[in-house]
Amino acid sequence: MSRRTEFLSSGALRLALHTLAEGEGQALLLLHGLGEQSPMERPFWAEAWTGPVLALDFTGHGESDVPVGGGYMPEALMADVDAVIAAYGDLTIVGRGLGAWVALLVAGARSSIVRGIVLADGSGIAGGGPQPPSPYVEALPAVGSATPDPFALLELSRDVRPADYALDYVRFVLEDSELENPIVVSARIRPDWLAAVAADIGVIELSLSEAVASFVPPKAT
Amino acid sequence: MSGLGCQFVPDNDEMRSFPGARPPDRTGHVDSSGLRLAVNEWGDVDAPMIAAIHGGFDFSRTFDVFAPMLADGGWRVVAWDARGHGDSDHAHLYSWAADVRDHLAAITALSDKPVVMLGHSKGGGQLLDLLDGRPSLAKAFVNLDGLPSQFSSPDVNDRERRRMRRADLGAFLDRRRRRNELERRPDTIEGLAGRRQPMNPRLSREWLEYLVTVGARHDDLGWRWKIDPVLHLGGFGPWRPGWSMDHLAALEMPFLGVLSGVQDDPMGWKSRREDIAPFLPPGGRLEYCDDIGHFLHIEQPRYIADLVLEFLEPFK
Repeated sequence: MSRRTEFLSSGALRLALHTLAEGEGQALLLLHGLGEQSPMERPFWAEAWTGPVLALDFTGHGESDVPVGGGYMPEALMADVDAVIAAYGDLTIVGRGLGAWVALLVAGARSSIVRGIVLADGSGIAGGGPQPPSPYVEALPAVGSATPDPFALLELSRDVRPADYALDYVRFVLEDSELENPIVVSARIRPDWLAAVAADIGVIELSLSEAVASFVPPKAT
Repeated sequence: MSGLGCQFVPDNDEMRSFPGARPPDRTGHVDSSGLRLAVNEWGDVDAPMIAAIHGGFDFSRTFDVFAPMLADGGWRVVAWDARGHGDSDHAHLYSWAADVRDHLAAITALSDKPVVMLGHSKGGGQLLDLLDGRPSLAKAFVNLDGLPSQFSSPDVNDRERRRMRRADLGAFLDRRRRRNELERRPDTIEGLAGRRQPMNPRLSREWLEYLVTVGARHDDLGWRWKIDPVLHLGGFGPWRPGWSMDHLAALEMPFLGVLSGVQDDPMGWKSRREDIAPFLPPGGRLEYCDDIGHFLHIEQPRYIADLVLEFLEPFK
């Protein structure tokens, strides 16, 4: 199918949510990397999913609105995902790059609703590293509505991601999950935060296809 | 500076006065990447400039007593409202880094020469970041109780810290979901002042009521704080106090830090002299005020103004 797009409200901004595949039951949500946008069709590694396959354009990316004056933080992008949760309820999430980091945060914050997460390679997976990068402050002119928003590229490539901070979110997920392994790492590139997550008890490593298949909900009998 | 008018127009004729408080001599705005930041100025426009940065949940008119004292000491004091605060635009997104960038935009719009920078609380902390990255902006830096050291209280164990973070996360997302419905609750001047009192327990009710009339707007239902209702106290994130202290140690300009010694002020940062002293930049000066709370420049404006004026005298 060609993707179908709807717009969700995030304050005064609109978020583009694309349906890549229709289906019954729980949704699979795809989160793209930094500076990217949602795919046009269902990726091959999501073929096993029986429910709807959704893909969200983060604020300032793809067909979503661009805020005035930046101010991006991964924690704010959690709210983008939370808008999808408000509309669709329980989800499993596959996050690429920046989307992997946001997937972990929102899974921790909404641990009773996000059923499982798959953390995959992609743009923006390292952020600014485990400690603040060298100081750099630049005033940019207003950017209009084109995406990706340069403020997003600047700010979301400099946010700090300490390993122990990531592990707090792992704990939130593991404490609430009914699954044995609600967090799966598929990424081969492992910044500090992701290496720590992958090494945690309760987190497993699988290929993307295997990871998605592992989260397919059992059919009701 | 472009865009500054010469008059102050109150929102409502029900105004209050406060001893020593003076409205700004000039008001205007600057642009930061499409956002309008409201600017207030006191003092001779040709005098050397102090850029004054307010703290979180404050606004530039909280300098209404302190800034005139500096202005009377021969300085042009310029302060702006942070995004979402006071008369500045509300933004879609808020972050520490965005505030820092707004400060850069304002300073470069207001002066093409190095200026004195003065920041209180969060404003002081943000200037640590800005001036580590852009030292050429400042010829001196005054930090009023904006030097963090004990953000993670040692009295809180890991389990409790995680529980608090989780509660903060849920509250943040819930608030964002309701963003379109949020509004500041209307009240009387006395009611609004009373609601602010827990944040400012050491400040007089007379001051807080004055603050309402310069920091809130009046509509048919009463007075409401202007601050964006999506903003809230506290927060979460990976930030560590030590990162700010590294910025302090790297500063290259003359530095005066003034710490509150009152450890139970609810808005205070609770840093002690011994926490900060090892990170002072070369030649940096640290003053510790045992009996003054976090809002040093409001609680004891004459004492703090004299301290600042004496420190800044060589930089006129």
